[in-house]
Amino acid sequence: MTAPVSLVGTVGIGRRIRDAAFRGLLYAAVGVALGTLLVLLVDTVNQGRPKIGMDLYRNFPSARPARAGIQSAIYGSLWVVGLTAVMSLPLGVGTAVYLEEYARRDRWYTRLIELNIQNLAAVPSIVYGILGLAFIARGPLGWGPTIRTASLTLTLVVLPTVIISSREALRAVPPSLRQGAVALGATTWQTVWRQVLPGAAPGISTGSILAVSRALGESAPLLLLGGLAFISFNPPAGPAALESPYTVLPIQVFQYATDARQEFHVIAAATIVVLLAMLLLLNGAAIAIRNRYQRKW
Amino acid sequence: MAPAATTPVVTLRPTGAVRRRQRVEQVVKAGLLGTASVSVLTTVLIVFSLLQPTVEFFREVSVGAFFGGTDWAPNFQPASFGVWPIVGGTLVVTGIAVLVAVPCGLGVAFYLSEYARPRVRRVLKPVLELLAGIPTVVFGFFALTFVNPKLVDRFWPIGDVSTFSALGAGLVMGVMIVPIMTSLSEDAMSAVPESLRQAGVALGATRREVSTKVVFPAALSGIVAATVLAVSRAIGETMIALLAAGNRPNLSANPGEDMQTMTAYIGSTALGDIATQTIQYKTIFAVGALLFAVTFVLNIASARVVRRFRQAYE
Repeated sequence: MTAPVSLVGTVGIGRRIRDAAFRGLLYAAVGVALGTLLVLLVDTVNQGRPKIGMDLYRNFPSARPARAGIQSAIYGSLWVVGLTAVMSLPLGVGTAVYLEEYARRDRWYTRLIELNIQNLAAVPSIVYGILGLAFIARGPLGWGPTIRTASLTLTLVVLPTVIISSREALRAVPPSLRQGAVALGATTWQTVWRQVLPGAAPGISTGSILAVSRALGESAPLLLLGGLAFISFNPPAGPAALESPYTVLPIQVFQYATDARQEFHVIAAATIVVLLAMLLLLNGAAIAIRNRYQRKW
Repeated sequence: MAPAATTPVVTLRPTGAVRRRQRVEQVVKAGLLGTASVSVLTTVLIVFSLLQPTVEFFREVSVGAFFGGTDWAPNFQPASFGVWPIVGGTLVVTGIAVLVAVPCGLGVAFYLSEYARPRVRRVLKPVLELLAGIPTVVFGFFALTFVNPKLVDRFWPIGDVSTFSALGAGLVMGVMIVPIMTSLSEDAMSAVPESLRQAGVALGATRREVSTKVVFPAALSGIVAATVLAVSRAIGETMIALLAAGNRPNLSANPGEDMQTMTAYIGSTALGDIATQTIQYKTIFAVGALLFAVTFVLNIASARVVRRFRQAYE
């Protein structure tokens, strides 16, 4: 008879120390990410606290700190992001539907379009600014430093993200749904329009809202497109806004942050709080849609 | 699937309604192909918009003076176009960012994929998404008003630290990239089949040993792709460098000093309203072309590695 061998404690002390150290390193990594996020939020709110209030909204951007506000930037951001959404949604969803439902995988041009979108998603946003400067603000279109220039450029910036997230949403719709529709005699488009798109709608909206919220925080390309100016008026209501000069919230943050005077850093921090609140609202809406409407197939 | 019939015996010939449906089908398909071609057109436009001014730039400045020079002063008289100071600034900031983002991002990915309980994951992932959603200008402001004065200035031992430092910009940029690094490496880790982990545990491996000796090698190509993409993202990041790293072209290895990156050069030069035909205007495009070329190579390399690793397990 062999004596019962205990397997407890066979992990040697050296290994146990290394296991604990590794676990510690992982906690440290998570701590760095979360800690930075926390410090960033707390520090920014603290810095901006004296300026957070209705005066920030009532006043327009100004070189005098006591009178400086962000009203035209709030409306500018709403216009630019709204137009970006209007343009990027049909383009992005259309491309996604083409790639998922129509394109033939084995063709070289399908592969080219896919690789191209992957690359575009990682092209530095300031390069889009250069494109906007050469082709949209000046050059062939020559729209100048206007809201439509900014929106069209940002549309190109967020388009790859809209495409990628819409494709994921389309892929989540089970093939059996398509097969059922086709078996009943529906054409591809009827299948897509009446079965696939309604099924993918929650996923597409969630992904698109997140993509468009990127446009709200984007500033690098707009530096090249005349977004940096003290704009002391709101864009006019109606189509005339398209040709109006503009400023947006992230650009206003940049402008106030680059001023050496401390009072302006307070305004920059307060502007960041407004910007983050708007982003949180958008992301909250995206998550609410996901939780409320998402279907498990 | 095609409703068209060829035999005339039975009248299966398309009725008016069917023909109309077919026409709709063709129009829709053409329209969708049209939307898909917008993204291809975007790339073409980027290349074209960069190419012409860049060619004109190199008519006035020799390629040797651009890539061989160490004096970057395009807005001075006499102007000098040696690109190395802003390439050096980019490399220093990117290097610091990658040194932060890769270990930290990998650590979070290991934790999420191998250690965290489902409930912790459900909380941690949205918080990381929150970090990913913070605009870069906000990170730049944080680097400028918190990290530079309160950390770099206080603790960096070499030389005097001014308002700006490559170190502060790089550190914050690193944290900014962590979510990208994490989500791509975690995708690669969760693609590793469960059976490999079980085999490791059955042989008596601890969780750490399974993570580092089974999951890590199996997910390596995905992790490499994530790292390459992180490098590309750091090279192309503008606002943090522009706000916190400074705007003085400075070829130095001391990260405590202020430096200008390629992106910061483009951003700061384009702020003024530059006339189209001047050499300053064309310089923006030459630097932009260099930036696009470098990130393009990195992005394609990353996409290739990802593709190969997907084929391995699906």
